[in-house]
Amino acid sequence: MYNGGKIIIGLIIFIGIIALPFVFSGKSASVKPEPKLDTPEILKLPENERKCVESKEYMIREHMKMLNQWRDWVVRDGLTIYTSSSGKQYTMSLQNTCMKCHSNKSKFCDECHNYTAVKPYCWDCHIKPKEKEL
Amino acid sequence: MDRREFIKIAGISSIFGLGGLTAFGTLKGKLEASQTGPSQNPQALKAKRWAMVIDTTKFKTAEDFQRCIDACHKAHNVPHITDNIKHEVKWMWTDTYEHVFPGVEDEYLAEKVKELPMIVLCNHCDNPACVRVCPTKATFKRKSDGIVMMDMHRCIGCRFCMAACPYGARSFNYKDPRPYIKEEDINHEFPTRMKGVVEKCTFCYERLVKGLMPACVEASNGALIFGDLEDPNSEVRKILSERHSFRRRPELGTRPSVYYLF
Repeated sequence: MYNGGKIIIGLIIFIGIIALPFVFSGKSASVKPEPKLDTPEILKLPENERKCVESKEYMIREHMKMLNQWRDWVVRDGLTIYTSSSGKQYTMSLQNTCMKCHSNKSKFCDECHNYTAVKPYCWDCHIKPKEKEL
Repeated sequence: MDRREFIKIAGISSIFGLGGLTAFGTLKGKLEASQTGPSQNPQALKAKRWAMVIDTTKFKTAEDFQRCIDACHKAHNVPHITDNIKHEVKWMWTDTYEHVFPGVEDEYLAEKVKELPMIVLCNHCDNPACVRVCPTKATFKRKSDGIVMMDMHRCIGCRFCMAACPYGARSFNYKDPRPYIKEEDINHEFPTRMKGVVEKCTFCYERLVKGLMPACVEASNGALIFGDLEDPNSEVRKILSERHSFRRRPELGTRPSVYYLF
């Protein structure tokens, strides 16, 4: 191999540079997000009432669409009550309904949003709940 | 069965089939609609067109004005910006008679009227200029009750509405309003705004839907009267039929919903 030493050193430097992001981000990029549901407000509820507006799977998949839909219903159509598929009624409000239970924005919202690198601008206007230490 | 008969039967049965399907579809849709989805709060105050009557004779001291303004600004997290007067944000404020009613200032105006500050807010026009110019429909007139609303999610901050409004009822957030709201004054039930959106009075739509009167009306001790302009038995209509009232700049054809009594 002509100039074998130079090529091998070059390759090592190249691989080193390529690997830099993995070294710097460490493990954090690959750690699975685990949104926490153990807020004092939720723990206060009796076991059988610890349910979200819709099923967990539906909320994980559709919450962003649901929030958009709620926003239009409340702001544009003046409808504020949501009847869920279980027949229970809720006031449609991010600040006054969702976050009253999920009072842990950093462990509930940000956990997945940071992982998937989405930056919703909810909190530019909506006031985030004060987070209490458990 | 001959061919002619077969086609007849096939035609008739397909018509019945289609009709049945549509009938079934509508029924199903109605059933589902009643089960899940959005609905109005049964406690909500309803009107065809909300209107406010301002009884200027009942505002005597500066405190009377301030009480209404503070109630509004506190309820809606309106920032108190004083370091640059051009950056001021206001939903309700006071101005002099000649600024509120330009063109009607007479030479020998009663002293007390001349000196009297007037309370001013968004007029919730029946024919709003701001709505016509808004490119994103962020500001719109609600068909149900005539409130000229702001959808902060849609506002792109172009400020066309501010140029269009003949009453100067709109304020632009030139900077992040949060640092200008005192921590202890924050209403955690209502959002703030962000830098780059236009805001104004919304006739407390969030209170009306809960069955409450607007914050300023509650704080005014009867100096502000709120009700349905299209209902001949409402309080506003009764007062308007008894006493002479003015609207701001009627010549523009915006048809304001805010009336002033003298």
